Amino acid sequence: MTLTIVSRADAAALSRRTFLKASATAAGGLALAFVVPGRSEAAGAENGALNGFVRIEPDGRVHLTIPMVEMGQGTYTSLAMLLAEELEVKLDSIVPEHAPPNDALYANPILHEQSTGLSASTRGFWLPLRQAGAAARIMLVTAAAQRWKADPAKCTAKAGVITDPSGKRSLPYREVVQAAAQIRPPALDQIKLKAPGQFSLIGTSPKRLEAAGKVSGRTRFGIDAIEPGMKFAAIAISPVGGGKPKQVNQAAALAIKGVRQVVVIDEAVAIIADHTGAAKKGLEAAAIQWDDGPNAQVNSQSIVAQLKAGSETSGVIARNEGNVEQAFAKAARRFDAVFELPFLAHAAMEPMNCTVHLRKDACEIWVGTQVPTVTQTRVAALTGLQKDAVILHNQFLGGGFGRRLEPDGTLLAVKIARHVDGPVKVIWSREEDIQHDIYRPYYYDRISAAVDEAGNPVAWHHRVCGSSVVARFAPPLFKNGLDFDAVEGAAEPPYALPNILVDYVRVEPASITTGFWRGVGPVHNVFIVESFIDELAFAAKQDPVAYRRRLLSKNPRALAVLNLAAEKAGWGQPMPAGKARGISLQFAFGSYLSQVAEVAVDTKGKVRVERIVCAVDCGIAVTPSMIEAQVQSGTIFGLTAALRGAITIKDGRVEQSNFDSYPPMRIDEVPRIETHIVPSTENPGGLGEAATAIVAPAVTNAIFAATGRRIRKLPIEEV
Amino acid sequence: MSFVLKINGASHTIDADGDTPLLWVLRDVLQMTGTKFGCGMALCGACTVHLDGAATRSCITTIDSVGDAAITTIEAIGQSEAGRKVQRAWLDLDVVQCGYCQSGQIMSATALLMSNAHPTDGDINDAMSGNVCRCGTYNRIRDAIKLAAGAKP
Repeated sequence: MTLTIVSRADAAALSRRTFLKASATAAGGLALAFVVPGRSEAAGAENGALNGFVRIEPDGRVHLTIPMVEMGQGTYTSLAMLLAEELEVKLDSIVPEHAPPNDALYANPILHEQSTGLSASTRGFWLPLRQAGAAARIMLVTAAAQRWKADPAKCTAKAGVITDPSGKRSLPYREVVQAAAQIRPPALDQIKLKAPGQFSLIGTSPKRLEAAGKVSGRTRFGIDAIEPGMKFAAIAISPVGGGKPKQVNQAAALAIKGVRQVVVIDEAVAIIADHTGAAKKGLEAAAIQWDDGPNAQVNSQSIVAQLKAGSETSGVIARNEGNVEQAFAKAARRFDAVFELPFLAHAAMEPMNCTVHLRKDACEIWVGTQVPTVTQTRVAALTGLQKDAVILHNQFLGGGFGRRLEPDGTLLAVKIARHVDGPVKVIWSREEDIQHDIYRPYYYDRISAAVDEAGNPVAWHHRVCGSSVVARFAPPLFKNGLDFDAVEGAAEPPYALPNILVDYVRVEPASITTGFWRGVGPVHNVFIVESFIDELAFAAKQDPVAYRRRLLSKNPRALAVLNLAAEKAGWGQPMPAGKARGISLQFAFGSYLSQVAEVAVDTKGKVRVERIVCAVDCGIAVTPSMIEAQVQSGTIFGLTAALRGAITIKDGRVEQSNFDSYPPMRIDEVPRIETHIVPSTENPGGLGEAATAIVAPAVTNAIFAATGRRIRKLPIEEV
Repeated sequence: MSFVLKINGASHTIDADGDTPLLWVLRDVLQMTGTKFGCGMALCGACTVHLDGAATRSCITTIDSVGDAAITTIEAIGQSEAGRKVQRAWLDLDVVQCGYCQSGQIMSATALLMSNAHPTDGDINDAMSGNVCRCGTYNRIRDAIKLAAGAKP
């Protein structure tokens, strides 16, 4: 909601002020960079070709510095397609490269920093990358036309080759890149981009550009960094937040073959060794005892009690329209419910890790991070080095899901590296990764509705209660006590709700740090809104799809995805006993989704999700195969959490530790997931997180339809 | 103590404690980083290699237990016909997302096809449910195994 509005305004401002700067590369090619006056000068962008966003070299290869990170969502391919579409080159001539930290050059236009999150990569770079591609094409064509003394407007470019107006002469891009670098780039507002009907690459499903390395083991993730003379560290962090090591058997650790050093810092112990096997053995031998500090009494029950108390107080208003109090007073019937969602860990397949070489005058870092510039700034502050002395080599991410929006793993590695001579690779065990995550907040929400005689909602009050990620993560965006993310998906449901009040109560549980988790605000609010709408439909004795339709007469795109999902799923056709369908709908990240889940519940109450049908309107579908992949991915991520994801606290410690106590879904239990895309000419919406938010209510609504059991507290299975 | 390991057709002499997991010898000592660390307890399959063609979790396989078994890793799996077909099918169906678990997935799928040329859905479940993918690529993994086996997915 808020962010979408901000981004629109900002995109307009950006296009007015920003211009493209061309220069020659060292090899005699053409480099293009965006220059934002007042922002880029400091980064030297106006002078240097080195930092060019796009470089076309005399060998014909197009190097695209991808400002966003690749963590599975397919951004290296999709962003390359945006450039290739307007540049008129084959996709496989594009070489995607990791971007170094530089907000001035690589900030996402929606997020205002070089940060990969909020499903904002395609949305943010939809315009600038096509503009860059078109500008480069125009310059190359102009260079060729000059050589031919022809009218550039009558020359054509396709697949990296320029053809003259007669069609008799042609030149490949590589032969004119040097001349093109001398031509002044067109002003952004003079560039005419293709209309959606003219796309030849956008809307197709080419193979992922980075896949070959990933099927052969060649791709280097952060954890795969290798530096000459590197040592390996295994770590133990205080199991209770704020605790400290009390006793460490250093002699026993050092007696292990291959162990070189024991490093004890405020909150952790690291064993430095020739390989991780020795380091882990040394860590066990060290038999660390901890001073737990003041948080050893914290447990899940006390946190929930704190949140429950908070939910009973009124909060900061996120939205207040009509007269909610009066509407409740006058209404025929009233419904009230409490919804609870647990803390969640991210558990990316690549455990947290970071390789650091700290020298007197520089700090070199190898890590896969969603926030390279934030990490660089924080390391500079920690070490006292200048920012440009912190050299961060970003890597492929073995999953992000929001965990790698946090620089804590890098900061910890730097603190350890202070004590180590030479490069050191710090790898967290899976247990450390799960027990020292930055968790999705626990939410304790209250929701009430009043309905008229026909069962239509006439008053709606949703009170969101939980910790604020935004207040910690981005304090300037936490305005007047309101966390815009915590209420996203609650403040603007897709339905016609004439009197609506949404407020937010911030409650921060002691010693538990909370952060963004795939699907962010909508993942919790869509579950509540869609469950509650389903409850109202049932109370009105109406079919859940028909009930929603009546509330969507002013929201055609939402109505269309609802209808498509229902149709493709065969909504209304009879199901055998113990099986049923449930539906959900959302607008989030600029995309509309509707999902139907088919579930089977056995006599013991065990739930099996057998089929998922998802309808998607994400505007122009840039890469349909990637959309399908993200729907499958997001759905399974959200479904895993809905079924059994929960982090609980006992005596200040996280009770879960590995994939046995925090179990992911496996191949033998995942449903087939069908994706149906609504054709559209609207600008693209985001999709990396959307399906994560929509799946839980489709499943719990299906469970209700099958059994009459209404689930208002996640996870579905007993923890 | 030193151990001689036969990895991808070459012999390597390793000077490390016998209880060192094979995973760390591959990754840290020999710098063969295609095999991944995921859990350390054989719960996720990211570290899967072949010992004499059988899918094995290298994170709990100590080097003193390997003996003279032939170790194959993701770096060399494409040299076998089954491995090549699996990698091809993975590319044809664009299975990978973040890609971190895929070395292990491909090693498990290849071991399956080497012992069972035409696996059923049940066979795929049995062979592949030890491999976790947090990106949720399971639908395409199943389809790709069938494609590699020559069946219509």
